Amino acid sequence: MNTPRLLAAFASGLLFGAGLALSGMMDPARVLGFLDVAGAWDPSLAFVLAGAVGVSALGYAVKARMPRPALADQFEIPANRSVDARLLGGAVLFGIGWGLAGFCPGPALAGLTLGLPEVALFVAAMFAGMLLFRFTAPRSTGPITVSR
Amino acid sequence: MNAFLAPLAGGALIGASAALLLLANGRIAGISGIVGGLLGPASRDWAWRVAFLVGLFAGPALFRATTGHWPQIRIDASWPMLVGAGLLVGFGTRLGSGCTSGHGVCGLARLSPRSLVAVATFMAAAIITVFLVRHGLVR
Repeated sequence: MNTPRLLAAFASGLLFGAGLALSGMMDPARVLGFLDVAGAWDPSLAFVLAGAVGVSALGYAVKARMPRPALADQFEIPANRSVDARLLGGAVLFGIGWGLAGFCPGPALAGLTLGLPEVALFVAAMFAGMLLFRFTAPRSTGPITVSR
Repeated sequence: MNAFLAPLAGGALIGASAALLLLANGRIAGISGIVGGLLGPASRDWAWRVAFLVGLFAGPALFRATTGHWPQIRIDASWPMLVGAGLLVGFGTRLGSGCTSGHGVCGLARLSPRSLVAVATFMAAAIITVFLVRHGLVR
């Protein structure tokens, strides 16, 4: 692993964390307000997804013209396009957890910076859930292959 | 800042993060995948994942340095609820191969059918969960 690649990964993480902080996504009360469509619905976080998908899509448009990434040998994009029970079951479990606490993985990890015990507890439980998956689920996940 | 402008600008930064990781390193900026890869068996590409996470932790500090205040957050969930929710989020995102970033920001941008279905499913599950907790019979 070379240094430019590590710096690019660091810069990407920095943009991500700053974006989360600016967007309001780090605040569970606001996230739950966004999900509470039957209550005092706060639609503002829909703009986070809109801004993120819009700029990310520009990235994919540029990628289509590149034979390979600037700093790596190949693009590693999931080539699996089929919907299966695992995808659906995982999305349902994740959605329930997201709706219970208002945290998804990115905001929770970035939120560790704030030094609140509640965030640390959530992140510890999230790691436990990931390890539980690792030790219980069958080995093969969707193949990560090169896609052009 | 305007109530919709900050979310839009923050979202654009997140999108720029995903585009940078894609175009420089050829990788998907999916948080659960980046973290999950560190928990896998003898990960050989752990260094960039750690570098990304260090940046992710530094992000809110950069926000603090720029604006003069930390992002305001409020957590209403009880401690047992946080543990249950964390377990579900950790297990579910690995089982479903992605979360809000991998399926949402990256998957929707590249029009992956799996990600479209995953986003619709976890959004629906989360909305129904909030409805049951706040307006339903659960409480």
